[in-house]
Amino acid sequence: MEAPETDRKVVFRARGLTKVYRMGEVEVHALRGVDLDLFEGEFVVLLGPSGSGKSTLLNILGGLDAPTGGEVICQGRNLVQAGDRELTAFRRHFVGFVFQFYNLIPSLTARENVAIVTEIARDPMPPEEALALVGLAERVDHFPAQLSGGEQQRVAIARAVAKRPAVLLCDEPTGALDSKTGIVVLEVLERINRELGTTTAVITHNATIADMADRVVHFLDGHIDRIDTPAVRKSPRELSW
Amino acid sequence: MSILYRKLARELWHMRGQVLAIAVVIAGGMATLVMSLTTLDTLVDTRDTYYRDYRFADVFATLKRAPESLREPVEAIPGVQQVETRVVSHANLDIPDFPDPAVGILISLPDGRNAELNRLFLRTGRLPEPGRAGEAVVNEAFAEEHGFRPGDRIGAVINGRRQELEIVGIGLSPEYIYHVAPGDLFPDFARMGMLWMNRTQLEAAFDMDGAFNDVVLTLTRDGRSADVIQRLDALLAPFGGQGALDRSDQLSHRYLELELDQLRTMATVFPAIFLAVAAFLLNVVLTRLIHSQREQMGILKAFGYSHVDVGLHYAQMVMVIVAIGLVIGTGMGLWLGQMLSELYRDFFRFPYLEWRISTRSLAIGTLVTLAAAAGGTFAALWRAARIPPAEAMRPEPAPVFRPTLVERLGLQRLFDQPTRMILRNIERRPVKALLSATGIAFACGIMAIGTFQQGAVGYLIQVQYGQVQRDDLTVTFTEPTSRRALHELAAMHGVDHAEPFRDAGVRLSRGTAAYRTGIHGFEPESRLRRILDDELQVVTLPREGLVLNDFLSEYLDARAGDTVWVEFLEGRRERVAVPVAGVVREFTGASAYMNLDALNRLMREGTAISGVWLAVDADFRDAIVRDLKEVPRVAGVTDRLTAIQNFWDSMANIVLTFAFFSTVLAGSIAFGVVYNSARIALTERARELASLRVLGLTRGEIRYILLGELFLITLVAIPPGFLIGLGLVYLLVGTLDSDLYRVPLFLTPDVYAIAASTILVATALSAAVVARRLNRLDLVEVLKTRE
Repeated sequence: MEAPETDRKVVFRARGLTKVYRMGEVEVHALRGVDLDLFEGEFVVLLGPSGSGKSTLLNILGGLDAPTGGEVICQGRNLVQAGDRELTAFRRHFVGFVFQFYNLIPSLTARENVAIVTEIARDPMPPEEALALVGLAERVDHFPAQLSGGEQQRVAIARAVAKRPAVLLCDEPTGALDSKTGIVVLEVLERINRELGTTTAVITHNATIADMADRVVHFLDGHIDRIDTPAVRKSPRELSW
Repeated sequence: MSILYRKLARELWHMRGQVLAIAVVIAGGMATLVMSLTTLDTLVDTRDTYYRDYRFADVFATLKRAPESLREPVEAIPGVQQVETRVVSHANLDIPDFPDPAVGILISLPDGRNAELNRLFLRTGRLPEPGRAGEAVVNEAFAEEHGFRPGDRIGAVINGRRQELEIVGIGLSPEYIYHVAPGDLFPDFARMGMLWMNRTQLEAAFDMDGAFNDVVLTLTRDGRSADVIQRLDALLAPFGGQGALDRSDQLSHRYLELELDQLRTMATVFPAIFLAVAAFLLNVVLTRLIHSQREQMGILKAFGYSHVDVGLHYAQMVMVIVAIGLVIGTGMGLWLGQMLSELYRDFFRFPYLEWRISTRSLAIGTLVTLAAAAGGTFAALWRAARIPPAEAMRPEPAPVFRPTLVERLGLQRLFDQPTRMILRNIERRPVKALLSATGIAFACGIMAIGTFQQGAVGYLIQVQYGQVQRDDLTVTFTEPTSRRALHELAAMHGVDHAEPFRDAGVRLSRGTAAYRTGIHGFEPESRLRRILDDELQVVTLPREGLVLNDFLSEYLDARAGDTVWVEFLEGRRERVAVPVAGVVREFTGASAYMNLDALNRLMREGTAISGVWLAVDADFRDAIVRDLKEVPRVAGVTDRLTAIQNFWDSMANIVLTFAFFSTVLAGSIAFGVVYNSARIALTERARELASLRVLGLTRGEIRYILLGELFLITLVAIPPGFLIGLGLVYLLVGTLDSDLYRVPLFLTPDVYAIAASTILVATALSAAVVARRLNRLDLVEVLKTRE
């Protein structure tokens, strides 16, 4: 199952990434020189305490934020030099996001929350299909406020995958959920990774989740502490916390 | 993009309270503009059509008596198109069941047909038939006051002979749209009537066979009024010409023009305020909306929507609100415009209304509102379009608070913690607080302008008729008469006091400025007529010299010590230089005053008087009036107080409509500002307030923290609001200053009281709405949601 790294296609190549931003009157060094490659089809877990720089990296990879220094190469293009128009197109067609707090638009139903993305995508699946994929075929006309947390997160995942993105970036997707619901969400992520071959990066500070990854990247204080490659990839059902 | 539209619709519906509050303010601006301009355009159109169709003259001249043969040279003046000679005079009227003195202006019509100029619009009945004496058409306002219909009869003392007249028709003339007797403030429809009669009969009655005493004419397209008047005056001078007037000096035309000016000002000032406030509200609400949608915008962008897409999305939200406001405003404006136009039609006695929707106002209103909306929202939209997605999704840094000025001054012990929170919050966002206060202050100012009229005019009347003109009845003689008449009147039963006066028609000039008016001579110790200084204190009439009122003094640029030329338009018609002895303050007219003896000496006419002021016992008033009607030399008896009362009744509709409209508009502005500020504050601070509730503060305490700020801003805004009100009133009445009247810049205490309480009620209402939401605050839910 394990192939030599050189044989696998690199989706993201990040080199020397740094990020400094201001919050109010405080200067935050979020990234202090990060080198990382993400490979096609792999399931990576980014692990680390809060404030260690995971989310910042994810935002930069997804074209949501620009680094202070360094470069990110994706499909031969350097995202750091990309203009706003290019980044917008990049996000529109290439990346799917899942956030800790689901970030659904409260005024839209589940179907519409997915449709808002499929409307502008190039080759999307129908919103209903995406929702069926996450097991919510029955709840397409519900508003976010009528759905449980786990269901909302599954809508968010459906929204992220409906455009058939090359990568799925998940920031603490189970962070706001109880263990049982969290496992359901992880199952959905695992299934999408398996069935659609979508490169998936999951941020978490829950070490248990690392057991289902192809690779585990440990973050500490804005840099990568180490990268593990578990011998066995567990199924989400085998996890518990 | 259909999903984004759906999002738009749902979110607009969700915040419908705020949407409506803003739309109402926009609607207020649009409605005022459409109403004012529509009314203005309608009235101007109506007047112009009326003038054109009924051939309103360009030049008016009065003289003593000239043979009809003079008509030809008048027609020959270059620039004259058409000439009509007339016999115009006065008569005392005796109206059945109406004891008060009434005066009729008798105007000749060519026998059996309508006039060529200043034609009559016949509402009912017919014109007097040729060869039939005693037939008259009366003006509609007069007929309505007395309920006259064709066939009714009234008595008239024409040149000392009592006659019975039959009303054969009721009509209107462009010459008397708004007729106010010289020296009066208001039209008195019941006591002054216009009677159009056959020329032959009037010629016979006034000894004018083959002669005329009044001429009106129109000008050719390139005829110059000033040139024509100069030649006309020269022609008429030997025949007692009193100087011709251009249409712009014609009394009815001028009053009309003044009213239209007032409307014009209103059409500029009010909508401007409303649109400014609307722009401010849009700005505040949109900034806030974008603030609350930071995360959503981040998500939209994270999923590939461009800055332009997101910016457009919010721009559409603004456009919808603006469109709702414009539609409501246009509808309201047209409706109110029609109502107001009809009120004015009745007020001015237009025979008809050329109702017209002012497309200009629709275009201006839409453009100005859009510009205001764009101005108000541009910054927020710009930020929305440019905000980087990652930043949008990151929670906002905690706002920076500092100890307030009061605390730095060490005064914090004076305030409890909630009050300190209020003060800090205001001090942290001073611009926002200032803008809110400005909006509220303008609402307060609009209230003041809506209610000031009644008070100001009341004050004017109180000064004019309480301090200056204090007689119960003014008796005028047909011709200057000897003083013996004074003693006869003084001896009448029920007359408490009688004082003589002499009115002389003059032309006053100094340098290049000249003004036609009257010098009023009376006795220095007079109790029934007094003059007031700058401070409205009574001053004594000097023994010698001319006293000018403030308008004349300014107009002629003559102060005490200067000399003016006085040219008498009657008697020996002499031209003499007279020193100015003083200047007095008056709100009406452009009059000059003189000691009666000095005036008599100046005119070299012995002790002649033109009339007598009477103070009478109220119980005998009717009897005295009845008796006076029988005295042949008496030309007229005026009872001013009754006239004012009547006019006031006829004005009440317009004044009330105006006050009501202003109250609604001001209330909606105040509500719009306060409600939006409160709703925004509630959303922004829900978490903070819920946390406080969790920590044990009562509902009352958090209500105080949230709403106390609003009440504080409202209270602070009211005094400047009064100043704004004064400024607006000044803007409105300052343009109205004329020789006819000068509305005093004076706001009565009840104007302030009404303005302040309306604003406070609007604040309380919006506070109540928000307080209800505050009570429903779900503590756990609020604390669970992330910022």
